[in-house]
Amino acid sequence: MTLEIVGISVLWLFLFGYVIVASIDFGAGFFSAYSDFAKKKHILHKIIQRYLSPVWEVTNVFLVFFFVGIVGFFPKTAYYYGSILLVPASIAIVLLAIRGSYYAFHTYGGTERNWYLLAYGLTGLFIPASLSIVLTISEGGFVEKSGETLTLLYKELFVSPLTWSIVLLSITSVLYISATFLTYYANEAGDMQARELLRKYALSWSGPTILSALLIIYQLRHHNPEHYSNMFNIAWMFAISCLFFVLTVYLLWKKRHFGWAFISLLLQYAFAFYAYGISHYPYLLYPYLTIYDGFTNQAMAIALIIAFIAGFLLLIPSLYLLMRLFLFNKKYVKGQL
Amino acid sequence: MWKYDPVLFSRVLTELTLTFHIIYATIGVGVPLMIAIAQWVGIRKNDEHYILLARRWTRGFVVTVAVGVVTGTAIGLQLSLLWPNFMQLAGQVISLPLFMETFAFFLEAIFLGIYLYTWDRFENQKKHLLLLIPVAIGSSASAMFITMVNAFMNTPQGFELKNGVITNIEPLVAMFNPATPTKVAHVLATAYMTCAFVLASIAAWHLMRGNRHIYHKKALYLTMKTALIFSLASALVGDLSGKFLAEYQPEKLAAAEWHFETSTHAPLVLFGMLDENNNIKNALIIPNALSILAHNHPAAEVKGLNEFPKEETPPLYIHYLFDLMVTLGVFLTVVAAVYWLGKIFKWKFVAKKWFFGLLVASGPLSMLAIEAGWYLAEVGRQPWILRGYMKTAEAATSSAHVDTMLILFSILYLILGIASAAVLINMFRKNPVERELAERSGQQEVMAE
Ligand code: HDD
Ligand code: HEM
Ligand code: HEM
Repeated sequence: MTLEIVGISVLWLFLFGYVIVASIDFGAGFFSAYSDFAKKKHILHKIIQRYLSPVWEVTNVFLVFFFVGIVGFFPKTAYYYGSILLVPASIAIVLLAIRGSYYAFHTYGGTERNWYLLAYGLTGLFIPASLSIVLTISEGGFVEKSGETLTLLYKELFVSPLTWSIVLLSITSVLYISATFLTYYANEAGDMQARELLRKYALSWSGPTILSALLIIYQLRHHNPEHYSNMFNIAWMFAISCLFFVLTVYLLWKKRHFGWAFISLLLQYAFAFYAYGISHYPYLLYPYLTIYDGFTNQAMAIALIIAFIAGFLLLIPSLYLLMRLFLFNKKYVKGQL
Repeated sequence: MWKYDPVLFSRVLTELTLTFHIIYATIGVGVPLMIAIAQWVGIRKNDEHYILLARRWTRGFVVTVAVGVVTGTAIGLQLSLLWPNFMQLAGQVISLPLFMETFAFFLEAIFLGIYLYTWDRFENQKKHLLLLIPVAIGSSASAMFITMVNAFMNTPQGFELKNGVITNIEPLVAMFNPATPTKVAHVLATAYMTCAFVLASIAAWHLMRGNRHIYHKKALYLTMKTALIFSLASALVGDLSGKFLAEYQPEKLAAAEWHFETSTHAPLVLFGMLDENNNIKNALIIPNALSILAHNHPAAEVKGLNEFPKEETPPLYIHYLFDLMVTLGVFLTVVAAVYWLGKIFKWKFVAKKWFFGLLVASGPLSMLAIEAGWYLAEVGRQPWILRGYMKTAEAATSSAHVDTMLILFSILYLILGIASAAVLINMFRKNPVERELAERSGQQEVMAE
């Protein structure tokens, strides 16, 4: 395994971590706001507040880790993506800001404002949509290079069906992942009313996620044939992913083993996410930048990997403690602490 | 004719974001330490007032942390968005501390989450206090790592640049560059100092308004004592920073001091004006003081600005920033010392309204000194972004929309600034100390029965 591969694998792992924890956060925020407007607040609000409040900052750090890490391992991404992403990334920052301040101002400051709750709920959908644009851009065809200047082709990006399929997948996934997780969480809390509502949400969003994923694969065939054929070489990974999808839906349907249902969902997304990443290899940005010509030097790479291992050893016990005290603490989950 | 200039707008947007972030970041670095001190004193003296102090500070802290995280995420991304050429080059050499910073954030975020939600979960308060230690270490470590990056921009080392290609990279040498020791120590000391003064301002505010509750008196005494210690430390390290500059960045010191000709027995110039021939007018001149600041000796030689090519010297207005920072530093140290002596010798005036008014001002003034210090350090590095290697103008993006983004972020920070202040004021207005104390002692009586 080359250092390049180690680097990108570490980053991909943390991006996957972010996709999962952020999806739970975004979706839960959306459900929370939605339930308020649909007059079902009493059912969902408590559950969601209990889970989200202690962990939102941790979720954000996953994102920070990813973008700091990618500039560390692949400094050229700062140049390529930095030059073109000014507008989309700035919009994402503003949305993240609305969201982050909502937690603090609302939960700790006690400000109750309907429009703020609405804005917060909507950011739960807009942030994944705006971040997913980066994946679309990475497929190539939306960046023009003339001499040393790179420009993003906004119009092409906006009218491309690929863009919208990826946006669709990101939004449906957010809702599906978080509903499945919260079903499990509500079940642990013994709140049957909330569990049933969330289970219904999870089931109804399961189909659309798969449909939009298929749509993307179909689009890629025309947009980026090279990537498309790479995907076929590792079709088995996508197949395993599908099996886990079926298992999750089955368990949810039968109202059994909600914990396993969520684990199976994690595996479904992990396989699909890694399959996508592997088939994207070696490009960071089609066709300009690969992980090989974008890579940092040997000395820095080794230093970063050592720092990563040391940091990871520090993180694991801390995250374990966080989970034990909140996520998997029966008394806390049930609201007795 | 107005012409769009991405470099200019990138600079203004970076300045804006950092100016805003540094306020919340400073609070993020210093306040955990203050909370820990208060809680520790509370446990040791078994004094409910200090525990409540820690609790109330924590509640306010959460709000400022949120804004710190949000603006920090913004600056983290903006470094690549606005300065892609710089990050591409410097990223190869200095990304190690940036990367380590994210682990410090993780540590802080995780334990802050735990600390916040476990106030009443432990029988033994000491266990709860233990949870705060990683928070304080995490936030101070993030300040340390980011300051190392900044130090590297001032005194880059640990690599060789040949025909635009970087070779022979040594990440640790880059991290521990000559600017690192004084910079890190000064940033940390001033952050602790500033937070102590900011919290003292709050206590002094209540006392000034005629609320003579013992809770506020204890709070003021604790914070002012801490402030005194850290302002002495800041002044000491500030002096060392001057010596660092004299050796490694003499053009910054010379510009800050309007010291044009190399000379021995160099005087320190305070305030004043420059005429068109760079003659100093109306200034307060302290003989030999610059030589002492630079080399610890009144006769030492200090390099003048004329030794450097004109296009490589920083703007001369940094002189006022330096004066502002140092004046405030000396002034605040004196205020803290007078308060402390006044408490020991029972001077009456330290409990007078006007003196409380002075203490109320100390927090904002200290924050102003932080801003002045950063502007001095960053503007004083100009025209370089990476001193000796890359000019700021070469580093910026060529994107066409930086002006629009500047407007967008200005609005965002305006809203965040106003909203966070409003939320904080509201939060403590709605829940005054007296009521909370009464509620808590009521609870304890119930528990004791
Ligand atoms: C409460 C804030 C505060 C106070 C009271 C002082 N400083 Fe300061 N100073 C800072 C806050 C600060 C800072 C914001 O932390 C800076 C900006 C960059 C840095 O490294 O620290 C800084 C930078 C800075 C520099 C430039 C270092 C560089 O560019 O590398 C010098 C020479 C001094 N300081 C010297 C002093 C002296 C002699 C002081 C005497 C009392 C003093 N400072 C008080
Ligand atoms: C990772 C560390 C840092 C990087 C990469 C960085 C980068 C930059 C860049 C690119 C500029 C633009 C130059 C210019 O405006 O002329 C700048 C200026 C500035 N930076 Fe830094 N900076 C760092 C640390 C800091 C910190 C920690 C602060 C404190 C808040 C800060 C405050 C400023 C200010 C106030 C300016 C404006 C200077 C001016 O007007 O020219 N910087 N910095
Ligand atoms: C160029 C300069 C800077 C960059 C790129 C930067 C980056 C960041 C980022 C990405 C975050 C959010 C982390 C999270 O999600 O938890 C953050 C927060 C923070 N930053 Fe900055 N930062 C800079 C300057 C500074 C300075 C100068 C200090 C301290 C002196 C500082 C101290 C902190 C602290 C303590 C936090 C945690 C939030 C809080 O507790 O308020 N940062 N910073």
